Amino acid sequence: MNELEKRILKDKIKTAFVYVVLIFWAIIDLFPVYWMFTFSLKNNEEIFGSNVIGLPKHWLWENYAQAMKTGNMLVYFKNSVIVAVATILIVLIAALMATYAITRLVWKSRKTMNKFFMLGLTIPIHASIVPIYVTLSRLKMLNSYWALIIPYAAFSLAMGILVCTGFMSEIPRELDESACIDGCGPWGIFFRIIVPLMKPAVSSVGIYTFLQCWNELMFANVFISNSAFKTLPVGIQALSGQYTTNWGPIGAALVLATFPTLIMYIFLSKRIKDSFIAGAVKG
Amino acid sequence: MKKMLSNKLVIFAFLLPALILFIGILIAPILMSGYYSLHDWDGFTQKTFILFRNYKELFTSNSIGFMKALGNSLLLAAISVAFQLPLALWFALRLGSGIKGERAFLSIYFLPVLISTVVIGQLWLKIYNPDYGLLNQFLRAVGLENWTRIWLGDKKTALLACFIPTVWQYVGYHMLLMYAGVKSVPTELREAAMLDGATTGQVDWHIVIPYIKPVLRVSVIFSVTGSLKSFDLIYVLTNGGPFHSTEVPSTLMISMLFLRNRYGMGSTIAVLLIVLCFAFALLIGLFFKEED
Repeated sequence: MNELEKRILKDKIKTAFVYVVLIFWAIIDLFPVYWMFTFSLKNNEEIFGSNVIGLPKHWLWENYAQAMKTGNMLVYFKNSVIVAVATILIVLIAALMATYAITRLVWKSRKTMNKFFMLGLTIPIHASIVPIYVTLSRLKMLNSYWALIIPYAAFSLAMGILVCTGFMSEIPRELDESACIDGCGPWGIFFRIIVPLMKPAVSSVGIYTFLQCWNELMFANVFISNSAFKTLPVGIQALSGQYTTNWGPIGAALVLATFPTLIMYIFLSKRIKDSFIAGAVKG
Repeated sequence: MKKMLSNKLVIFAFLLPALILFIGILIAPILMSGYYSLHDWDGFTQKTFILFRNYKELFTSNSIGFMKALGNSLLLAAISVAFQLPLALWFALRLGSGIKGERAFLSIYFLPVLISTVVIGQLWLKIYNPDYGLLNQFLRAVGLENWTRIWLGDKKTALLACFIPTVWQYVGYHMLLMYAGVKSVPTELREAAMLDGATTGQVDWHIVIPYIKPVLRVSVIFSVTGSLKSFDLIYVLTNGGPFHSTEVPSTLMISMLFLRNRYGMGSTIAVLLIVLCFAFALLIGLFFKEED
């Protein structure tokens, strides 16, 4: 074997090693999801011994029926959707308007204002949990959708403004000027020119905000104790306490809470990743 | 046009919704937390002003165990920086160098970040279950019967058992940030080094890693402040138990508020957490500047 052959062999071994590690980690990442899907369709006997990691022998769809009805998952799912949709709308309105003021309107301290909003990227939610709890309980607003929607919107706002600023500063100013000549005021420019061109920003902000609300536990756990308003993360906690010995319905509940995210990820994988990168670079 | 766009009233109107949310939910509550932290308060009766006595109690009292909780979260930070970030960096370097299947691996590795921490926690609860959990079943199957443990119920193993899923879940997050950095390295730089006969390892070490230092700084900051703030997974897995062995500042804060009705003390923990997060972010930033 000459030098060149040796080197090629060495490279091949190296590449093989890299792939072994990469595939091993991919399995570690995928396995819990696979396992969740399979045990959501099994009975205890299969989960606990006879068929731990294989595909279900008898597909037990009753687990899903049980999770949805007796486990209350249908209610929790509905609540999560309501909270997420309302939060996304509020974040979008507030962020688009504020971004317009910061990037398009003319005033002295707009840079400072932008920096002020960007503080929100670093403030942890711990900072406001006690005062918000006290205020909500005084206003008798604990156990309501608003108790989650407003705080979620506030904490997603900085990210919303960050993403919108990126997209809005790319819209050419000539468009504003020609709209102005056609008789549009600041509101006209905003609604007729800017907002329709912000579709990509809207979807980025929407996805990011959705993930934040859908997965949030601490606020939801503290502000909501009435099952009628619980969102999925808190609901799942309640359900797992209720079904400690019957794993199938818990698995079904976990799948129900996860599949919207998975579907979104399959279709919007690049946009989701990009919005996470954008958030980190500035923050 | 300029005049029309500099109308103060219009500017204010456009800022109003964001300002209300931002000041009402973020800024004012931080100040209120600071104010509450100087009081002894059960949330219902009169507050008594006690200056810094909450802070003093927090640092000196053994019964609260704040120092232990803080130590736990710093240990998590250390483990993250020592294992999670190097692993993420290695993945980012390999995937960023244009290996086959790059996109598929990237998408798979990022998946756990998107799944709700509660779902992840519930899955790991089942993995760790002493009777039917995957881990113990696996150990029994391969004949390591005496390695089986009550992973989350044993003081000796519970903390590490909580940390493993935490560290695992966010490898993909840091990998994504670093990967974006690796991809931004100009190809000429890489090619020039390769022409000079540098190996992949040398290119990574001397060209790519110095180039993506700003990203690495962000990752270190996120991973340390994230560890200080960690809550969800620990709440689901152990809620601080057994015997407070897995307590972190956030779980302590929640139990102060809702089990012991000590709103002043809960706020004190919140304030300290914010201060610590900002302090660590500054320190890490300085450390990276020194390096240059």
